[in-house]
Amino acid sequence: MDESRRSFLEKAGKTALGLGWGLPLLNTACSEAGEHEHHIPLRSDNQWAMVIDVEKCQSEEIRRACIDSCNVAHNVPNIPDEGDDIAWIWEEEYKHVFPEQVHDHTPASVGDMPIMVLCNHCTNPPCVRVCPTQATWKRETDGIVMMDMHRCIGCRYCMAACPYGSRSFNWRDPRPFIETDADGNLPTDYPSRTKGVVEKCNFCAERVRVGELPACVEAANAVEGGEGALTFGDLTDPNSEVSQLLHDNHTISRRVGLGTGPNVYYII
Amino acid sequence: MSDKGKIIGGLVVFLVLVTFPLWNSVVAGGEVAMPELEYPTGEIQCIEDTEFMRANHMDILNQWRNELVREGLTEYTSTSGQQYTMSLTGTCMDCHDNRDTFCTTCHDYSNVNPKCWDCHVEPRGN
Repeated sequence: MDESRRSFLEKAGKTALGLGWGLPLLNTACSEAGEHEHHIPLRSDNQWAMVIDVEKCQSEEIRRACIDSCNVAHNVPNIPDEGDDIAWIWEEEYKHVFPEQVHDHTPASVGDMPIMVLCNHCTNPPCVRVCPTQATWKRETDGIVMMDMHRCIGCRYCMAACPYGSRSFNWRDPRPFIETDADGNLPTDYPSRTKGVVEKCNFCAERVRVGELPACVEAANAVEGGEGALTFGDLTDPNSEVSQLLHDNHTISRRVGLGTGPNVYYII
Repeated sequence: MSDKGKIIGGLVVFLVLVTFPLWNSVVAGGEVAMPELEYPTGEIQCIEDTEFMRANHMDILNQWRNELVREGLTEYTSTSGQQYTMSLTGTCMDCHDNRDTFCTTCHDYSNVNPKCWDCHVEPRGN
């Protein structure tokens, strides 16, 4: 051994110093490079979308049919206390739905027009970004912004993130507020929700899965003069009915400037 | 050393209390009867073996929930190759149509409280 005790200790010290500084730096660099590969995919192959004909939806009967059919199809409770109520699809005044479209001289007849509103199933949904448990996510196969009630912890981040107010929180057990038939049965077999979870429109994923149209679309079509009030289809298919409507009409969607990419369109 | 009696006495009381669950069942006597389940009459074969289902039904249900809700799949292929629609109320409850005489009997025996029925709709047979 021609290595002296002094030089050995010197080398050992330098190595320790080098590792102490180098490893953490290397670690940070590697994790930063890796992060870009592991982001949550937000875009999907197909995208269900809806086109709403505002003029046809001026009929109270059509709007009622849409809302009622949705409430029945999903066991949505009717809670009299407005702050606690749950809504998947409902009506809102034009001036509140499209605040950037109204000005001081917009006539009241336009500003107060009732407009059907629901979850926009955004291309870039902010609710999905903030959900800490991935209880809400954008389904890659069809672009529906889904909810998994088993995972929702009721933190309501998604409600704060959604710029459209499309989500409702179950402040109390909804079961007693769901209208039952004479035998006490719920309207449908769709699972009701429980206290402490957030819910919203799911574009009737359970109906679309078996090849049916969403309940609201079907209900509107069944009303006289309501044919085509609501149109549902695949936005990525250029020959679909929604793509054709978007091509042929002047349509707007809600708060486009925010970059969420809403997939519910309105023919004005 | 004068506390010897107290210490030993205390230890005996402690041991008796700690082993309470062990000797209590012996003293109280008799085994608890196994739960009697009411099996469906129409169908004779569940989606998998009875033994497998007894041990793993909860895992199957979790698997179905994830595949159906999150991945959009609808069909389950059993070990025997048969296809089933993944649905608690549609498939399971189609045969096991009474929650009280099937689910609850066993769950009470094993002291588990699944929360399925807080949301999922009970079959009409109940």
